Amino acid sequence: MDDFVLRALLGGFGIALIAGPLGALVVWRRMAFFGDALSHSALLGVSLGFVFGINISLGIALVCLAVALLLALLQDRMRLASDTLLGIFAHSTLSIGLVAIAFMEGVRVDLMGYLFGDILAVSAMDLLWIYGGGIVVLGTLIALWRPLLAVTIHEDLARVEGVPVEWMRLAFVLLIAITIAAAMKIVGVLLITSLLIIPAATARRFARTPEQMACIAALIGAAAVAAGLYASLYFDTPSGPSVVVAAATMFAASAMWPWRAAA
Amino acid sequence: MAEAAAREAGRMSADSAMALIRAHGIHKTLGGRAVLSGIEIAVRPAEIVTVIGPNGAGKTTLLRILLGLQPPDRGTVERAPGLRIGYMPQRLAIDDLLPLTVRRFVELGRANSATTIQAALEEVKVAHVIDQPVQAISGGELRRVLLARALLRDPQLLVLDEPVQGVDMVGQGDLFRLILAIRDRRGCGVLMVSHDLHLVMASTDTVLCLNGHVCCTGRPEAVSRNPEYIALFGAREADALALYTHNHDHVHDAAGHVVHMHDHAHQRDAAGGGRHG
Repeated sequence: MDDFVLRALLGGFGIALIAGPLGALVVWRRMAFFGDALSHSALLGVSLGFVFGINISLGIALVCLAVALLLALLQDRMRLASDTLLGIFAHSTLSIGLVAIAFMEGVRVDLMGYLFGDILAVSAMDLLWIYGGGIVVLGTLIALWRPLLAVTIHEDLARVEGVPVEWMRLAFVLLIAITIAAAMKIVGVLLITSLLIIPAATARRFARTPEQMACIAALIGAAAVAAGLYASLYFDTPSGPSVVVAAATMFAASAMWPWRAAA
Repeated sequence: MAEAAAREAGRMSADSAMALIRAHGIHKTLGGRAVLSGIEIAVRPAEIVTVIGPNGAGKTTLLRILLGLQPPDRGTVERAPGLRIGYMPQRLAIDDLLPLTVRRFVELGRANSATTIQAALEEVKVAHVIDQPVQAISGGELRRVLLARALLRDPQLLVLDEPVQGVDMVGQGDLFRLILAIRDRRGCGVLMVSHDLHLVMASTDTVLCLNGHVCCTGRPEAVSRNPEYIALFGAREADALALYTHNHDHVHDAAGHVVHMHDHAHQRDAAGGGRHG
């Protein structure tokens, strides 16, 4: 196996492992659109990374976090429906990112790679980010799983029962921000949310507990990465979309599966 | 309020008559509208206090302020030191994509052994749904499951937001009797919110009628005769309010099984108006 294929597989698996459990939480909290709003702002992080000469992954994580905090602030203050606000953010941050990149002279940017991912170009440095970030995300998820689940089910109930709800929400968006930064190379800013929600939604039919669903989602994500990567090499198709098509195919197949009666 | 307090003090030792929770001079403005002004409320151990009022009277806002979920603009909330609260929210919307059994849902409130969880569900008579998805149980079963989760915290104060919402008429009576039985057995204070005095008449010690301010407060029978209450809810409503006891040869428990019993107090709209049915 070629080095670049191995790196691509390792990178993809790393992302799938964290996207599974995190994606399950995103789906349960009905925050798919929120994920879109954050990931679309990642392109702004790329341009900031270039302008200030900081690591691009770090730039993305910082911008995602800033956008998440701004959204939280505005949702409290503005009388706008949540999905309207998220839609405004998703598309305007993406456009600002594209415009900012167009202004940067002398910088050659592989825009398609950022938008749709370029898994075959995963470098050793990218792997370091993916696995470093991945360990932080997984460790935090495991440590905070119970309170995160309680907050997902009913915020007020969790708060009365003593869960520090605000901290959980902050931890959750921080985890999403890190995941987006790590996942961008694999599927690109436009498709990251699909890696969060499609494996989780696919896993639902086979799971009886929240934990089972999180683990099965991770496995389905890994399978989608392997299948998409293979298809990308074999048919010479774009890698990011190929991974998403593989995941969507699995979702369609799972929809045929009879829903278990209990849980 | 004074009347109820005197009664309480007579029934209990002076020490235990100390309020579990007491709010003083609560003011709250939401979106430029004064939702609450000058609210005084207290719940003592083993006392059931019900807040009633029309929609938009600020009932839920008051509850949220007492629970510490929302700060008041003015006023204070005092809690007994180390007060353990069991809370039953009005709504629970869990996404179908979350695979969650009743057992797991109850356990999430507080880590507990399987036998404790079983016992809590038995206390509220819904042990039969323990392994069912929490999204699949009926409205009445869900209220009881929520109650079980609150009870697992061994609460000194139960806070119930519209405890019979989404429950049919017979189930409502059963649920109120269950709440009374829990209060008698555990001696915990109970604070409820309801939009309808008819429903809570037989199962509360004190009623606080709310419409932005405290219209009136006291024993339920006294409140039902209070001019402010009548002005708020209409004379027909107040007239129609009555209690009667009838003999029922059986009732249905939460599992739908027939339970035979001798005497069974029912609280009905004696005028026969089906408005709240």
